[in-house]
Amino acid sequence: MTESSSQNANVVVESLRSWSPTAVAEVIEFRGETTVVVPRNLFRAAAERCRSDNKLQFNLLTDATCVDRYPVEPRFELNYHLVSIPRRDRVRLQVRLSGQDPVVDSLVPVWPGANWLEREIFDLFGIRFNGHPDLRRILLPEDWEGYPLRRDFPVEGFRDVPNSGDVFNSGDLFKKSSML
Amino acid sequence: MTTVETATGAAKTMVLNMGPQHPSTHGVLRILLELNGETVVKAIPDLGYLHTGIEKSCEDKTYSQVITLTDRMDYLNPLGNNLVYCLAVEKLLGLEVPKRAQYIRVLMVELQRISSHLVWLGTHAIDLGAMSVFLYCFREREEILKIFEMFSGQRMMTSYIRIGGVALDPPAGWRQAVQKFLNMMPARVDEYETLLTQNPIWTRRTKDIGYISPQDAIAMSMTGPTLRAAGVAYDNRKVFPYSSYEEFKFDVPTRTESDCYARYLVRVAEMRESLKIVKQAMEKITHEGPVKAEAPGIIPPQREKMKTEMEALIYHFKIFTEGFSPQPGEAFVAVESPRGELGCFVASDGSPKPLRVHFRAPSFINLQALPKLIEGQLIADVIACIGTIDIVLGEVDR
Repeated sequence: MTESSSQNANVVVESLRSWSPTAVAEVIEFRGETTVVVPRNLFRAAAERCRSDNKLQFNLLTDATCVDRYPVEPRFELNYHLVSIPRRDRVRLQVRLSGQDPVVDSLVPVWPGANWLEREIFDLFGIRFNGHPDLRRILLPEDWEGYPLRRDFPVEGFRDVPNSGDVFNSGDLFKKSSML
Repeated sequence: MTTVETATGAAKTMVLNMGPQHPSTHGVLRILLELNGETVVKAIPDLGYLHTGIEKSCEDKTYSQVITLTDRMDYLNPLGNNLVYCLAVEKLLGLEVPKRAQYIRVLMVELQRISSHLVWLGTHAIDLGAMSVFLYCFREREEILKIFEMFSGQRMMTSYIRIGGVALDPPAGWRQAVQKFLNMMPARVDEYETLLTQNPIWTRRTKDIGYISPQDAIAMSMTGPTLRAAGVAYDNRKVFPYSSYEEFKFDVPTRTESDCYARYLVRVAEMRESLKIVKQAMEKITHEGPVKAEAPGIIPPQREKMKTEMEALIYHFKIFTEGFSPQPGEAFVAVESPRGELGCFVASDGSPKPLRVHFRAPSFINLQALPKLIEGQLIADVIACIGTIDIVLGEVDR
């Protein structure tokens, strides 16, 4: 399994590099999985390439999620897991975003199935997707404040009654939350 | 809350709020329906009523403590959730699981698949007015839950599959119990089919309802029986085998009609295939052998060693006080749950608690295609379409 995946990694990396020399910023191999890190400005185009290239045929977007590496910058890593049903292959496309400017092109135009996955990331991490047709909160109430899956959001929340008042506007969040 | 834009120039439409407390939504799903007479013009699902922040809670637990949380996501498939999480952590650790444990896992997960499909069949049939099927399905599901109780002490939230293997050796008499179930079940599946497959009411409620083309299904990231009923033979057990599935002989049932009836046929056929796998797994499970990997510091030592060896005692203490720390990295594993591709993504930063645990919940992603299935259909068919996707809201909202 490890052999085939490194072979497949070459296919993806070669295809992307031959299309644009700057398309692959980094390739990570870990436990037989391939992560291809793509620069933000080429993200949607590279994804489109992965889907439409006859040598790649990644027709199924299976998962999209985010990792927050706070306080390291760039703190957000977006991971899109692609599957090629005809070629029986998997790859992970990754794009890194800074905490100041967590914006990236949406992949809904490439895979319509990205819609809810990106809404979930928006909802829980506060990452904005350019060109997303319906970027609303999906799991949390619309008036929820903050992005709970960020690492600087405490596990127990900022207060015991959610969405009830002024803690967020008062500045010293951690001091208040420790009083709860 | 959510607003619906009325289609301009269309006939006068009405907005109807379906759920969240509606029995046919299988939990707490709310759907905003814009209706023109009885026809659905637009549908907007509204989720989150069961959001419990499981992924956030995982970040505050040690790797072994997370298993208890995974049980509670897809409550019809707790063993499958345990399995995908354990496989992801094992991949992160580079841990090899003994063959015997892998076969026990397969046995349990396939029994779970049958039980999950039984709940689906019963509830789907009751939604469409066939009351008696529900009673029969739950009768057989009870037998499976008894087997789970025998193995793990729990009927539902078993937490039986652990990192590196399974919690316990199978109990005395398990073979007879499973064999008894295997002897009984094929005839019972035939019974359900006599009640439904040729039933004119059933076929008229399900045939040509909720069509989605295979291209659309893939584009919408659908997986599982819904995708296979559209003619795409994508099953993780075959395409990316895990837990020794490559050693088992079974077929992947597919249909091409891609309607509610085809999905029903696929799931019933899957139950029969699962029975085959259970039978093979039973033959493969030998009487002797470890059910856990040997990995000091990661897998708790055997009770006897813990009482007699100093080192085992120290490891035991360390595992349960501070946990273990995999090396930094990320792992993604996908298994075939009864609802589709169930994925687990685990990222480690080298500390005893995971940096991020994410579940690719098949019901969540399949539900996304619901508006595509029901727009333009009659409101009565909305019920059939929700049922046919087989959602579990615990997993949708997590």
